[in-house]
Amino acid sequence: MHNLRTVTALGVAAPRIDRFDHITLAENDGLALASVAARLGKEAACHAALGNLLGGVPDIGRTILRDPEAGFWMGPEQWMIGAPRATHEHLADQLKERFGDAASITEQSGAWATFDVTGAMMREMSERLCNVPIRRMIAGDVQRTVIHQLGCFVIRREAEDHIRILGPRASAKNLHHALLTAALALA
Amino acid sequence: MIINHPLLGPRDSAEFTYMGDARLIDRPDAGSDTAAQDFYDYGYLRDNPAGWHEELWFHEAGDRSWLVVTRNTLTHEISDVKLARDVARSRGRKL
Repeated sequence: MHNLRTVTALGVAAPRIDRFDHITLAENDGLALASVAARLGKEAACHAALGNLLGGVPDIGRTILRDPEAGFWMGPEQWMIGAPRATHEHLADQLKERFGDAASITEQSGAWATFDVTGAMMREMSERLCNVPIRRMIAGDVQRTVIHQLGCFVIRREAEDHIRILGPRASAKNLHHALLTAALALA
Repeated sequence: MIINHPLLGPRDSAEFTYMGDARLIDRPDAGSDTAAQDFYDYGYLRDNPAGWHEELWFHEAGDRSWLVVTRNTLTHEISDVKLARDVARSRGRKL
């Protein structure tokens, strides 16, 4: 039997946490992700399946934060669904059963690295990193933007000082470097 | 320059990539008798107006939608922005 060890997006055994007085930057290794794209002519059935799953269809630029599954709008007729990896490692397969031929489901857990940024200087840090209007965003708002030349999603979570950043997993160390540099510049 | 995205509101044009003349939506019929000439025109011939121009813009650093932006090439004024999908469908595209 192969002796395989799982590693996080940053390539280490346990999620990395960088803790400062003003910012905490935490790799989040606990998310399973899958995307949902409504098939042409099956939009109503797809919306109904999303309603069953999330209690509604995430509106433009919005997230539905709900346990265990949550979802956010990515583009016209496209959404990302997230759930705890511990219980939903096969999220894409589970969604495929739910959505049938109403939507195309794509496994996304291996495509994204997730970082939670919290702390008193979160807004200032966000302003250094990207052009989302962080001070106007309310809980559940999401925007796709560019951080350090990388296409990322920025989600304003429920706590006032908390954003979640999803960036390309293959560039996880680059993204972490950018986040850490911005955090240290504000220290 | 600010592009007023039909879904997302005003966004910095740096988030977008210019993808050419909006007439690229009107792809010729490959089965037509004049297909060779039609595709030559489609592929190579462009007007280059000093003034109003319908253009395709791709929201690369955003929601990845394609837009038809009516822009004045002399002033960069933008008079109209639509989803390219809606424009194509209004011209009879089935998909």
